Amino acid sequence: MKINTSALVMILYILFLMLPIYWLINMSLKTNQEILNTFSLWPNELTFDNYIVIFTDPSWYGGYLNSITYVVMNTVISLSVALPAAYAFSRYRFMGDKHLFFWLLTNRMAPPAVFALPFFQLYSSVGLFDTHIAVALAHTLFNVPLAVWILEGFMRSVPKEIDETAYIDGYGFFTFFRKIFMPLIASGIGVAAFFCFMFSWVELLLSRTLTSVDAKSIAATMTRTVSASGLDWGVLAAAGVLTIVPGALVIYFVRNHIAKGFALGRV
Amino acid sequence: MKKTQNQKAWFMVLPVLLLVAFSAIIPLMTVVNYSVQDTFGNNEFFWVGLEWFEEILHSERMHDALRRQIIFTLIIMTIEIPLGIFVALNMPKKSGLWTSLCLVLVALPLLIPWNVVGTIWQIFGRVDIGLLGYTLDYIGINYNYTQDATAAWFTIIIMDVWHWTSLVVLLSYAGLKSIPDDYYQAAKIDQASRWNVFRYIELPKMKGVLLIAILLRFMDSFMIYTEPFVVTGGGPGNATTLLSIDLVKMAIGQFDLGPAAAFSLIYFLVILLISWVFYTVMINSDKGNG
Repeated sequence: MKINTSALVMILYILFLMLPIYWLINMSLKTNQEILNTFSLWPNELTFDNYIVIFTDPSWYGGYLNSITYVVMNTVISLSVALPAAYAFSRYRFMGDKHLFFWLLTNRMAPPAVFALPFFQLYSSVGLFDTHIAVALAHTLFNVPLAVWILEGFMRSVPKEIDETAYIDGYGFFTFFRKIFMPLIASGIGVAAFFCFMFSWVELLLSRTLTSVDAKSIAATMTRTVSASGLDWGVLAAAGVLTIVPGALVIYFVRNHIAKGFALGRV
Repeated sequence: MKKTQNQKAWFMVLPVLLLVAFSAIIPLMTVVNYSVQDTFGNNEFFWVGLEWFEEILHSERMHDALRRQIIFTLIIMTIEIPLGIFVALNMPKKSGLWTSLCLVLVALPLLIPWNVVGTIWQIFGRVDIGLLGYTLDYIGINYNYTQDATAAWFTIIIMDVWHWTSLVVLLSYAGLKSIPDDYYQAAKIDQASRWNVFRYIELPKMKGVLLIAILLRFMDSFMIYTEPFVVTGGGPGNATTLLSIDLVKMAIGQFDLGPAAAFSLIYFLVILLISWVFYTVMINSDKGNG
């Protein structure tokens, strides 16, 4: 009996989560005429035209490519600076370490709205406006602190004796880090990469402020289409559905670590 | 774990420091710079001291936005935290296909770009083409989020619950999974009621992750911009103009750099202060658990 109520709660909750997404998919498979004129729970005249528009129009699929480019750049940059820092925080005490750690976290607390305008001016003045690297760097603002936080949590659970044994065995720091330590926290690195990907992928305000044409993100493409042509609901819905796909794929890969990851490695 | 004293560790932190200095300190200094100056264009700036801060602190507009923001954050937190815990208690614990499916589907809303979340609910709530709007209209409720303030609030709150409850679910689930089976068996032997198991075993074990959940939900809901912006644009009127929306309007829409900068700093400080309190509590409870 108890198992049944649990399953029921889960089914109801998942139904609540899936219903709006279902509606989006439903709309993306209809023609605009059908969307506006008839109300139906499934498409009467199934059409893939909306998806074809996106895959053939460079201003649409370009948006996806741009987004993926800066998301990957951001993930690589964030992880490569966060790894050594997280190691330092998890293993050593040094002057001002606690203050430094909290100060890093404060950047995760900074509202992007506060930084939108100064970022625009900063990146314009160094000639990086409308490039992928500008968005990637801007997103490090919240992704680096997060990556440090998560990695530090995972690294804390690796006993320090392992480090010491490795040093006694004659490993240098870099060989030790690459050959022994990184494989030990592989799941932590995966989870941190997942979160960098996620927060860079879902962010709109900064990516929209920092790009105009060449590096325009898919999110920006979508909001601009709404304001410009207004009513092409079918294409808008199809674009929305396609932004969900990469997320669904990466969740599938980290599904077993995702809960621990959301707890920032602190369970 | 006992840590060794090692000042050379600074070198490992250095790359992060340089990067964050570039992407956080320089822009923040620009904001500070604007907040104490006035301009009449042509790049001429005049020192005005704390004038903007006084103006912002006394402005009705800021007070209203702040009040709406606090109400919004309180409402979504009182819904999301208990609901998230409740759902997490019902999550399947054995690993298997059903569990994986639950995890993936529950986590899905978190991975949807925020403007798409806005778009989804914008469509879903429309009376003419959206399932929710159509249904509510059909059963005779007058629902129009573009004109009615209550409906607009209802939409952004249910949207946020839809979007972020899963975060609380996953965090609580992580906490629950770390409880060894022995605890439950001991409780069974003592014939503890379901409520007592929750109150004395599960809740204390979840305390750490729940604090993280509260911290994250507070921070993120206080900075929310994209979703309500896409759905309501801050309207009808100013009914759903939360702090970030107001700030962007002021800084990029009207280009009032001075007041916007002062607004930014006050806004940031409020978040920092409250987050610091949560953080301190969190660190102390970390120590308590060993």
